[in-house]
Amino acid sequence: MPETISVSSQIKLPANIQNLRQFINFASDNARQQGFDQKRIKEIELATEETIVNILNYAYRDVIGDIEITCKTENNEKFIIEIVDSGIPFDPLSVKEPDIHGEISEREVGGLGVFLMRKLMDDVHYRRDENKNILTLIVSKMHIDKEQR
Amino acid sequence: MLCLKFIKTYKGVNMEINARKEKGIQIVSVKGRIDAITAPEFENNLSELISKGERTFLIDLSGLEYISSAGLRSILTSAKKLKEEKGELCFTGLQGPVEEVFKISGFHSIFKIFESEIVALNSLSNA
Repeated sequence: MPETISVSSQIKLPANIQNLRQFINFASDNARQQGFDQKRIKEIELATEETIVNILNYAYRDVIGDIEITCKTENNEKFIIEIVDSGIPFDPLSVKEPDIHGEISEREVGGLGVFLMRKLMDDVHYRRDENKNILTLIVSKMHIDKEQR
Repeated sequence: MLCLKFIKTYKGVNMEINARKEKGIQIVSVKGRIDAITAPEFENNLSELISKGERTFLIDLSGLEYISSAGLRSILTSAKKLKEEKGELCFTGLQGPVEEVFKISGFHSIFKIFESEIVALNSLSNA
């Protein structure tokens, strides 16, 4: 069966914290249209926020630019959120996992964003292509399909 | 009867913080979302209460619908600050995605989490 990828929508805005909610709302509106439940939508919002905040803090730390988000579905099995920036190369997946077992005084402040994103999404990919960082969040739709059957 | 009135300490479009003191415990109720935009305000509120001398906090998250790592960071920063002052940050009202994020991040094992405010107050005020 050939792969059918359907692009549902796209948003492109300047990379700054004031636009964070617009990026999050864009992802959650698209997720809602796909039929995800409220819990999964919140998880998608969180993964989107963590990605955007990392781009602002690292890829665009010293330069300005845009962030583009594209939401699409693949074979109606996967909901895909692709987040693209043209900042300096930054692979969030290379960030060391935080130690989540220490006491309050031992716990490091930070590093949890990427950790949460990886735990909550079904799959996350990073690639550097044509001077762009491309992060792909993948959410399986299998669960929704089962409920609807 | 004890005065149970909350003092509204902050109200924004996406987050609302109310605080009140009971049995020597500083109760802080947060509603809405703690994300990268609202987390600094949440941390400032706790910071102010700590600098006013409050040491035992019960944070009620029953009205919180969303928390991201920025919120977790502000909680951890405040907890570290309190620990230095021999204070403590405790939680109640964990539910839904907020509870899930707490579990994944290991916050369940570093903080005291109570099933209800009454249980928390009884336990903390007798400590």
